[in-house]
Amino acid sequence: MKFSARLRELEIDPRLLGMLGALAVIWIGFDLLSAGAFLTPRNLWNLSVQTASIAVMACGMVLVIVSRNIDLSVGSLLGFTGMLIGVLQARLLPELLGLEHPATWLVAMLAAVAIGGTLGVLQGVLVAYLAIPSFIVTLGGLLIWRGAAWWVTQGQTVAPMDGRFRKLGGGIDGAIGATASWIIGAVACAAIASGLWLIRRRREKFGFHVRPVWAEALVISIACGVVLGAVAVANAYPLPMGIARRMAEAQGLAWPPGGLFIAHGLAVPVLVAIGIGIVMTIIATRTRFGRYVFSIGGNPEAAELSGVNTRRTLMLVFAVMGGLAGIAACISTARLNAATNAAGQLDELYVIAATVIGGTSLAGGSGTIAGAMLGALVMQSLQSGMVLLGVDAPLQNIVVGCVLVAAVWVDTIYRRGIR
Amino acid sequence: MQARTPLVAMENISIAFGGIKAVDDVSVDLHPGEVVGLLGHNGAGKSTLIKILSGAYRADAGEIRVNGEVAHIASPRDARRYGIETIFQTLALADNIDAAGNIFLGRELVTRWGTLDDVAMEAAARQVMARLNPHFRRFKEPVRALSGGQRQSVAIARAIHFNAKILIMDEPTAALGPAETQQVAELILQLKKEGVGIFLISHDIHDVFDLADRISVMKNGAMVGSARVADISKDEALGMIILGKCPAAGTPGPGAMA
Repeated sequence: MKFSARLRELEIDPRLLGMLGALAVIWIGFDLLSAGAFLTPRNLWNLSVQTASIAVMACGMVLVIVSRNIDLSVGSLLGFTGMLIGVLQARLLPELLGLEHPATWLVAMLAAVAIGGTLGVLQGVLVAYLAIPSFIVTLGGLLIWRGAAWWVTQGQTVAPMDGRFRKLGGGIDGAIGATASWIIGAVACAAIASGLWLIRRRREKFGFHVRPVWAEALVISIACGVVLGAVAVANAYPLPMGIARRMAEAQGLAWPPGGLFIAHGLAVPVLVAIGIGIVMTIIATRTRFGRYVFSIGGNPEAAELSGVNTRRTLMLVFAVMGGLAGIAACISTARLNAATNAAGQLDELYVIAATVIGGTSLAGGSGTIAGAMLGALVMQSLQSGMVLLGVDAPLQNIVVGCVLVAAVWVDTIYRRGIR
Repeated sequence: MQARTPLVAMENISIAFGGIKAVDDVSVDLHPGEVVGLLGHNGAGKSTLIKILSGAYRADAGEIRVNGEVAHIASPRDARRYGIETIFQTLALADNIDAAGNIFLGRELVTRWGTLDDVAMEAAARQVMARLNPHFRRFKEPVRALSGGQRQSVAIARAIHFNAKILIMDEPTAALGPAETQQVAELILQLKKEGVGIFLISHDIHDVFDLADRISVMKNGAMVGSARVADISKDEALGMIILGKCPAAGTPGPGAMA
């Protein structure tokens, strides 16, 4: 059997494969240029944390763009929501519940989702029911929410954040440690294997085509390999000596003369982003709502004539986007340990770029959550790598801009090829 | 037959777009197991009339009765509740979704966890497609990749799968070759036997004359008249379409030439 035929048996989206290839080229290229500083546990761990906030929002942007809309307001939504929950947990909740109350982080996070979701609904109503183009509604939103963020504290930065809340931003507190990381990795592998097996069984029951067993096994082992590899990398990044020593002493452990290797493990914001990626993939591909979003993107008139409630669906798309911007606001506020007026500035452009690099067509109707998250990782890899190489900020923007345009060009050629 | 309560009666329907009366005081009816050919030139108002019945447009005036009772049809969802299924001239398919997804669009089968049951939908799609187009195999591809005839089959499959009582077919054979056209004709006869009422819309009388029991002809938005196919000749039918002249054997409408 020829290689291409074997590849087809695997039933893997060739575009996803192309993205992974591009990512590999970027990673290896930066590693060579930086004399081995890029592919280190430390750099990859930080890269994953820096990607989280954009990746979370890119999940929502996929649905927005698939439905033939755009959301330019997500950066400002992040800023405004971050400011509100900053004030909530730094000023209001300490008075109501007491400082460092165990529920503070949860209240703040739920509030962020509720605020983001409500503002999203507001924009969604304008787009869906009043038929104002989403470009205009969210361009207005970009200005309005940024201005609103300033009004919350007259531009003052709010700090510090609640201790438990800060875990959402990663950092030393926001990593789950080696053992928990291996457990999560093992659970993920078990879920992948059993999930694919269940799908296979069901298809067999109806007598549909299934992958050959070797292909199924290869897919499962590659997926598990990636998961366990990521855990291994996160577990290879040790905590700084001073903090490791304090932790050891707190647990009454003797401090050996050579120091102690305590691993970071997976970062909380990364787990949040991956969890959201999984949920959003299920929503996009396995629910009626997701199907309706894609049908609207494919042919809005057909969707309407088929009895799809297109307006409600569009409104919900913006609501989901707003809610995710709220979660992203938690991640970036926690990471910075402060709510600032400038949080999320230009994020809308990075989110849209990540989504588009990830294979979502601006014409609507096609895109994947996994692609968008990979797109976010590609963008962040480029930026981190250039920072590592000491490339000036203006040149960084030029490179990212060029990559965005080139990626869409390649995708256009690919699409023409499959027509 | 005419004495029974019609399955559908559209009575004195009017609709205007920007001052132009696209449909003007038109009445048509349809009985169970009957095929009514709705004829007229392009722009005569046939598709507009039928879009009112299928819920895509709302009439400015007039009434729709289903089984004698006034039906409120404000959206395609309402029409489907009355058992009215439509195959639109533009096919109304979402190009980026596969055949099963299109057939079940708006009425997806779900598992007990509320997620889409793609496997069950594909199985049902295979069954209904086997009736229409036994050679169809491309269930996994978005309908964009299908030929005109295959897309047509998907559009028809979507309408018949849900046991329509009233089927509207707007130029159903426009994109089809001779063999597929024959299949659609056989399908129409079969559905008719099952008691489905069918509106068959066409600008070409040859498509309609062999299949329809009655024809209703529209011209410039108004009803020229209706006639039983057995009572008139093709030339008389052409006279209705081109001249707006209702033959003696037919029932003239408000749009008939004096």
